[in-house]
Parts: sequence; structure tokens; C-alpha cells
Amino acid sequence: MDISLDLLFNAIVSGVLLGGFYAAMSLGISISFGMLDIVNISHPVMIILGAYLTWWLNEKFGIDPVLAALIMAPFFLLLGIIIYRIYYDRFERDAGGGDSLRGLAFFFGLLFIIEMILILLFGVDYRNVNTSYTDVSLNLGFVSLPYRLLIPCVLSVGLLLLIREFFRRTYFGRAVSAVAQDPLALQLMGVNPVKIKGYAFGLSLMVAGFSGAMLMIIQSVQPAAGREYIGLVFAVCVLGGMGNLMGTLFAAMILGIAETMTSTFAGPSWAPAVSFGLLLLTLAFRPQGIFGK
Amino acid sequence: MFVSNMRRRLLVAAVTMMASIGIASVSVAQNKSPIKIGFGMGLTGGMAANGKAALVSMEIWREEINKKGGLLGRQVEFVYYDDQSNPSLVPGIYTKLLDVDKVDLIISGYGTNLIAPAMPIAMQRNMLFMTLFGTNVNAKFNYPGYFQMMPNGKEPAVGLAGGFFDAAMTAKKKPTSVAIVGGDNEFAALTIEGARVVAKKYNLKVVYDKTYPPNTTDYTPILRAVQATNPDVVFFASYPNETPGIIRAAREIGLKTEVFGGTMIGLGFAAVKKQLGPLLNGVVGYELYAAEKTVNFPGIDAFLKIYQSRAEKEGVDALGYYLPPYAYAEMEILGNAIEKVGSLDQKKLIDYIRATTHKTVVGDVKFASNGEWEVGRPMYVQYRGVKGNDIDQFRKPGPSAIISPKELNSGELITPYQEASK
Repeated sequence: MDISLDLLFNAIVSGVLLGGFYAAMSLGISISFGMLDIVNISHPVMIILGAYLTWWLNEKFGIDPVLAALIMAPFFLLLGIIIYRIYYDRFERDAGGGDSLRGLAFFFGLLFIIEMILILLFGVDYRNVNTSYTDVSLNLGFVSLPYRLLIPCVLSVGLLLLIREFFRRTYFGRAVSAVAQDPLALQLMGVNPVKIKGYAFGLSLMVAGFSGAMLMIIQSVQPAAGREYIGLVFAVCVLGGMGNLMGTLFAAMILGIAETMTSTFAGPSWAPAVSFGLLLLTLAFRPQGIFGK
Repeated sequence: MFVSNMRRRLLVAAVTMMASIGIASVSVAQNKSPIKIGFGMGLTGGMAANGKAALVSMEIWREEINKKGGLLGRQVEFVYYDDQSNPSLVPGIYTKLLDVDKVDLIISGYGTNLIAPAMPIAMQRNMLFMTLFGTNVNAKFNYPGYFQMMPNGKEPAVGLAGGFFDAAMTAKKKPTSVAIVGGDNEFAALTIEGARVVAKKYNLKVVYDKTYPPNTTDYTPILRAVQATNPDVVFFASYPNETPGIIRAAREIGLKTEVFGGTMIGLGFAAVKKQLGPLLNGVVGYELYAAEKTVNFPGIDAFLKIYQSRAEKEGVDALGYYLPPYAYAEMEILGNAIEKVGSLDQKKLIDYIRATTHKTVVGDVKFASNGEWEVGRPMYVQYRGVKGNDIDQFRKPGPSAIISPKELNSGELITPYQEASK
């Protein structure tokens, strides 16, 4: 196939749009796994929970997914705090706060429980939300930007930058960074690391809820849809450097562009091989991730 | 003392009598024990949307049969387990059904990927194995007890794609090239294989032939790559979670081709129809039932009425045009066979089902020697005049014009795609 300029530009733009969305999906994992050392394997199903709540809010009250993401935020924050408290009491405290793998089974179980609750509440049929901008594109010359991808991308990148600034400029943000490095030192400074980790885990679920709302703009979902994203979100987190939020954004963009370029010029079935090949190469030559320290 | 002894004897006699009555009643109950039909079904996971709809349809049949007194004077009971849409769980489920639950009959769950792992167990035990929507599963097993309910004909892979190409070749500007695209899964691989065979038959040059991974989120790069090859026909073999994204991407890039569509599973689902609405216009899609005047299977309206009344409560497909009538028809065939044969003898049931033309809610069904339908009937429609996202418009003739097979045609193919999509 000839590499024409419009194909190349459109592939890059599609990759950026896709990468923006991947960044939002992986941001929560970067916080929980990368910063808090909590292997929250149930993160993708939390995204689907967010998608279903978005659908419900739209179906019952006609609320737009973007507004739904804001409405759901306190619920996910609270849910995260409760889940972390259970995790801490049952697993982290007994393991002296170090052995995060002990909680893996807990989050694996949580994944199935939430999936089952979704099936019981909403059934197994595909659910979707139609908005006024779903089927409209912004055309800039020969480059086409579908709003269903553009809006999630812009909002996702905006949210990521906002959270990054929040972590950099606030006392809470610095405390989260500190708890990831040395919880004992934090305790000696008079800060309760359990409380900090609880709020930070709540924040990671809040981002998952937001990603669910964005997913609903992009495509329809069914309760088991989250399983398809488990590999991707952890790959982005590791590739970007554990806990590095800008690294998460750039890694998501790299995987997004790699996926669309491969799909356009080599064949879409090669896309996962290229993405995970990049991850393997990174781990071989830079185990801390591209942007990790 | 005497009175006390008498009382004791009377008590013992009474207990003995009651016990013997109890044993007798248990014995009678055992003689009339229910006929157990066992299966695994995807009630969670990726196949659950159809798996649950199939179960609802089968339960409708079971309730109706039991109201009439059951089969051979025995009530019918289902023993089923959620296979979680996971093929690796299927052999264990069927072994348990036969060895622990001691079911009398087994049928399959939904879909090619979940039928194939159960085949060796059915074959080892020489069991009749009625299956639901498998594509060419028996090609390698050649098991005589296999009967499949998808109407694709004796050569399922070729038959399934064939209907699309039969319709595409009626385009005003005769197509000379085709792009073939599908998901990385068993179903799409078999369908694409069939599409290549049919494309060759019609002398169509294959200008694009690629597959995509199951977690693809954005299909616009694929559609742009397809467009770059400038094909006259674009054929997709996709699953329900992929189909809306593909159709959206085709619209977003302004796909220019004569005919666009394919064996896109999901277009028969109410949720997908509701989601896409007018974006469906112009697409040539695979359906198993359309509310067109040319489709008039006896009993299907009554079945759909019952199914649709339960659909919302059960959280399954609201229209039930895709799989539900076929799940019900499968049970009709099995039930009639048991009544006619007069026993649960597996060999006799297999022989009867093979030799008979079955009257069902999806029309007459006769099985070929490989267990597929003797005469295929893959239905392709071209959506037109779809307005808004209300699914009620699909309950009436018009929006799903049947363009293949010829005997069910209710409209002519409109080309090119961009014109038809207006």
C-alpha cells in the first residue's frame, strides 16, 4: 500500500485521539499500582461500572455522559475509600504494608463480584448512549476528527494534567508521593498514611468512573467488556514508568499511535504485537519504563 | 402394659405403613422422574447477550411443554451451568452433566467457540448433540449425532458469506474487486475463508484481506486503509461489540464503495439497531429474521410476542429477531423427536432427526448428512429509510429490505453505498 500524506496524518491523529482515551483508562492504575503499590486488577471493571452508571443516568434523566462523569465522581471516591479500608484491614496491615501481591486475589474476586452485580442489575444486553455529538466529525482539510473520540481525548488529557498539578502543588498530592516512597517517614511527620492511601485510591476509582463515561461516548458496553482492557492499562502504566503521570500520557499516546499506524500500513492484527513488542523492548533496556526514574 | 404394647404395635404398624406408602410414592415419582436436559450456556462474559436470550427462549419452550404434560408423560427439567463464554470450562461442564448430574440429553451452548470443546465428549458417549449457532464445527469431527441450528446450508462457511456476495453482484455497476476484513476469532476466520471462496467464484479481485484484534477501539484507520485500495465491495465478518464501531468509522471517513456490509453479527440486535439508527442506512447486513411480508414462518409471531413480553425483565435483546426463534426451534425439534421416537434412545433420536423434515417457528428444517441445514437460508438485508433511534420501526416492514435469498426478497440492492446511506 502507498503511504499517502493524508493516510499518514489521519493515522497519527487517530493514534493521538485513541492515546488520550487510553491515558484516562490507565491513569487510575498509575495512581493505585504505580504510586500506592496496590495491584487493583479490578480497575477495568470499575471503568465498566462507570459506563453503566453513565448509561443509567442518561436513560433515566437524559444526562450527558460528560456531566454524568462529574455527578458520579463523589460516589467513586467514596467507593474507593471503602474498598481500600477493607483491603487494608484484611491484607495490607497483616502483610506489614509491603506485600501487595497478597491482595491480588481480593481484587480478582472484586472484579467478578462487580461484573455479576452489573449482570443482575442491568442484564447482559449491550448498552449505549447516543449524544448530539456522537456521529459528528470535525473536518480540518483532509484530517477528520470524530467528536466521539475528540471529546474523550481532550477531557482525558485535561483531567490528567489537572491531577498532575494537584499532586505537585497540594499538600495531599505531596503526601501521596511520600506514602509511595516511605510510609513510615510520613507517619513520623504526623500524617496518617492509611488515610492518605484511602483518598488516593478513591481518586484512582474516580478516574475509572470518568473513563467509563468516556467509554460510553465511544462505544457500547456489556458487563464483561472490561476484561479486554486489563492488559492495555497495565502495559501503559509500566511503559510510562510506574506512578509517572506524564509518562502515562506519553506511553498511552505511543501505544495509540503505534496501534493506528500498524492498522493503517501493516494490518490491524499486528497492532497488539507491535504495542507489546514496544513494552518488551522497554522492559529489556529500561526496566523502570520510558519516563521512570 | 397390654394397652401400652398394643399402642406400640399400632404405632410401629402405622409407621411401617406410612413408610411403605412413602417408598411407593418415591418409587412412582422415580418412574415419573423428569427428563433432564443438560447444557452449558454463556450467561456471563462476551457471549452472554445471546446466551441469556437463548436460555429465555428455551425456558419458554420448557414451560409450554410442561403445561401440556411434559414429554413421554414426564416433566422436562433443565440442568445448566454458566460456561462464562470460556471454551476451557466446557469439557468439565459436560463431563459433570453426564457423570454427576446424570442428564438424559445434552445440547450445546451458544456459538462456535463453545460448541467445539463439547464435541469430543458427545462423541465418546454417542450422544445426540443439538447445537446452537456453530459455524462449520462438524467439518473436522464428522459426527453423525451433530445437528446445527444456524441456517447456512451444507457448506456453512461458504453459504454464510455467499448470500452477501449473491446480493452484491446484483449491483448496477458490476463489482470487480473486494476488501475482506474480519476479527481475530474462529467465527470470523471461517467466514472470511468462505468469503474468499465466493469472491473467487465471482472473479472478484481481493485487494485487501486482513484481520483485526478483539480489543480494537477505533476502526477508522482500518477503514481508511481499506478505502486506499478502492474496492467495489467491502465485506466485514464481525462480532456484536465490533459492528457499531465499524459502521460508525465507515460513515466518519465517508467510505466510497458500491456495497458495504457483510456477516456483521449484532445488526440483528435491538440494542445495536437503537445505537446506530440512521447510520444503518445503506449497510448490507446479516439478519435471521426481518419483519418483512415475505417472511412468514408459522408460529414465529406468537413466539416473539411471548419472548418480547419477557425481554425487558430479563435484560435481554428487546426484539429477539436474531437467535431466540432458533433456540426455541431447536427445542421444538428435540421435543418432537422424543415424542415420535417414544424413548430417549440416542441412536433412534439421531436417526429420526436426520430422516425428518421438521416444522418449526423458523420454517421447515431438514438436516444434511454433516448436521447442517440441507438448504441454507442466510438472510441479507439492506437497511433503508431508518429514522431516529426508535427500535419500533423495525417491527414493521420497510427498514430491513431483504436482498438475499431471492425467495425472500422484499427489495432491490441500492448502490453505491454513499447514495444508499442517505
